[in-house]
Amino acid sequence: MLELLNGFVVELRNAGLPVSLTENLDAMEAVQHIPIEDRDAFKYALGATLIKNHAHWRSFETVFEVYFSLRGPEYKIGDGDGETDIDEMWREMQEQQQQQEGNGGQGGMDGMTPEEIAQMLMQALMNGDQGMMRAMAKQSVQRFAGMEPGRPVGGTYYLYRTLRNLDLDGMLDKMMEQSREDAPDDLTSLEERLEKEEYSDRIEKFKGEIEAEIRRRLVADRGAEAMAKTLRKPLPEDVEFMHASRDEMTALKKSLQPLTRKLAARLARKRKHGRKGPLDFRNTVRHSLSYGGVPAEPKFKYPRPAKPELMVVADISGSVAAFARFTLMLVYAISGQFSKVRSFVFIDGLDEVTDYFKATEDITEAIHRVNTEADVVWVDGHSDYGHAFEVFWNKYGKDVGPKTTVLLLGDARNNYHASQSWVVKEMQQKARHVYWLNPEPKSYWNTGDSIVGEYGTYTDGVYECRNLRQLEGFVEKLA
Amino acid sequence: MTTDTGAVADTNRFQDVQGVRDALKEVNYLADDGIAGVAFLADRLGKPILVEGPAGTGKTQLAKSIAEITGSRLIRLQCYEGLDESKALYEWNYKKQLLRIQTERGDNEDWTEMKDDIFSDEFLLTRPLLEAITADEPVVLLIDEVDRVEVETEALLLEILSDYQVSIPELGTITAKQIPLVFLTSNNTRELSEALKRRCLYLHVDYPELDREREIVLAKVPDITESLADQVARIVRSIRQLDLKKAPSVSETLDWARTLMILNIDTIDEQTAKETLNILLKYQTDIAKATKELSVDD
Repeated sequence: MLELLNGFVVELRNAGLPVSLTENLDAMEAVQHIPIEDRDAFKYALGATLIKNHAHWRSFETVFEVYFSLRGPEYKIGDGDGETDIDEMWREMQEQQQQQEGNGGQGGMDGMTPEEIAQMLMQALMNGDQGMMRAMAKQSVQRFAGMEPGRPVGGTYYLYRTLRNLDLDGMLDKMMEQSREDAPDDLTSLEERLEKEEYSDRIEKFKGEIEAEIRRRLVADRGAEAMAKTLRKPLPEDVEFMHASRDEMTALKKSLQPLTRKLAARLARKRKHGRKGPLDFRNTVRHSLSYGGVPAEPKFKYPRPAKPELMVVADISGSVAAFARFTLMLVYAISGQFSKVRSFVFIDGLDEVTDYFKATEDITEAIHRVNTEADVVWVDGHSDYGHAFEVFWNKYGKDVGPKTTVLLLGDARNNYHASQSWVVKEMQQKARHVYWLNPEPKSYWNTGDSIVGEYGTYTDGVYECRNLRQLEGFVEKLA
Repeated sequence: MTTDTGAVADTNRFQDVQGVRDALKEVNYLADDGIAGVAFLADRLGKPILVEGPAGTGKTQLAKSIAEITGSRLIRLQCYEGLDESKALYEWNYKKQLLRIQTERGDNEDWTEMKDDIFSDEFLLTRPLLEAITADEPVVLLIDEVDRVEVETEALLLEILSDYQVSIPELGTITAKQIPLVFLTSNNTRELSEALKRRCLYLHVDYPELDREREIVLAKVPDITESLADQVARIVRSIRQLDLKKAPSVSETLDWARTLMILNIDTIDEQTAKETLNILLKYQTDIAKATKELSVDD
């Protein structure tokens, strides 16, 4: 047990979760108070002692499932010997089914046609019977996934195969039809909406069951360590903007909001707790007059951090759009920390989008308008930093002043157009600071058509901003 | 880690996880496995619980309910920005000390004697944290919204949370007579320090699942019919899935259910839902969005 827990903790650390030694010891102590056969309690005991941040819970769950999925009676892999509860339930279910339909006959799912299986699944889903759903998941995986030991394919492949055979989207429609028929009166649109949500929720749960089942089988095949490694996913704040999948994007969006709130609170505090600055010589001498020229009461300058004026110039062409979106969202969420924020987006043409953010409180909506309405295409819709900068300078250059901080966002992949880097040079002379944020890893800079180095020489710093953590760090420094 | 597991074992408050759950149910707090499990562990390990989650999910109520079922006194420390030692831990009653010094002025009392005298228990004003430590009877200490204090002030809590003791320079160290059950709640407006988190068990309380929310409505709103409670829970879940500024909390769900009861409504149709949405949602943009969503026929 000790060894298992140790392996578990090591894996958590590998997944990037900060687990300290004391927390590890706490977990060891905690599990002694928990009846070991109670799987949920065991999980919560480990969770409460090891995980101190809700954003990390998902990663924890995955690792937990991998490490402890083969323990506990109900989680045994069904091999058809009929020992476990589930298998029993499964048999009962089938008997019921046979009685209902009146056609006696086949044992096991192998003999059933796909239509019959679909019918059973639909019933399980409509009744919301947990045990039945779990049994169905198990059987579907066994039948459809076509898993073979030692086959080097990922769990997603099996998941895809299973789901393709089950056609869950069609299932939802069928279920809706069924419930419409069953209802005594016509369903109002509200009721229909609620029903639909209930069913899709159940289908989601069912998918979760299938996934868990596949994972269990893979763990049995390959061992926990290997599985944990393949399932390891970055934490939301470490997900790269440029390579985020759709699920990761949603997770990112979700974690952005609490993050900005925290950032805003931290920045406000920083401003409020201005420490004492250097000696204010003039003021001290002035006050020394009342002590007969003895500087008895030294006066200090209190630093009043100036609120910068911000101009964000962002590339929103395909590859870096997500990054620009997140940066804009973050900047606007803490716009109280800046005296003024103006934003411009470009691909090869450039457009000001400040008004979109002013018009609505909803940042998501504003971003949506930026993506759909802004006039950013000049010739062919491929990034042209040179032209965009030129337009910016001609149209808005006069607004750049000594209080302005200019943020340039993009990967500087210029498609071999003219760089026009003199614009950035002039910008730097006029503005307080010019920073460049690049969502690409540092090792990719200046390869291919990337000319971030050329622009970079004229800026006050080029920063790698691949994930939320780096972005947050930069914005905090800025404000 | 607990320094004295023997003493803790003697004063076990709970038998097992299910016991916690049942007891909480009796006082109308419907806990899920996670909540009950962590509460049980906190008692066994003698560790504080850090409860995090969105506003209005029953974090504070959990501490109150635990106090109720264990028959303990609830001592509450509400945190706010600017909270300091003298408000959280203890303070010398310096007016009384002055008075003491003045009454003794005539006599030639020795200074050390005097000093020992004015820095004694009599002149100490206990604040919630010290009170929880010195109490003879079992107490539940609730440190509410701990994320509101500054990072520096957080350090105040560390000694009491890990060793259940308070060091007062003039008096020495005061150790707890019994180990109080400590709850810290946080709305997650800022990251708490590692040092604090490390000393606590972590519990995240989220919006409840459909079934649990229905049970909560049934338990908390008298005379509500099961079908109405079911509808309420379902609609609230549906609204929570929207992208809102502030999703409806459990307490707002309960308010809504009560309103519907007062209005004598037994089934919710679109019209009533729209008209009473302002109880669930507190932002105009949210209300507009929800109204639009609920009326869309899809």
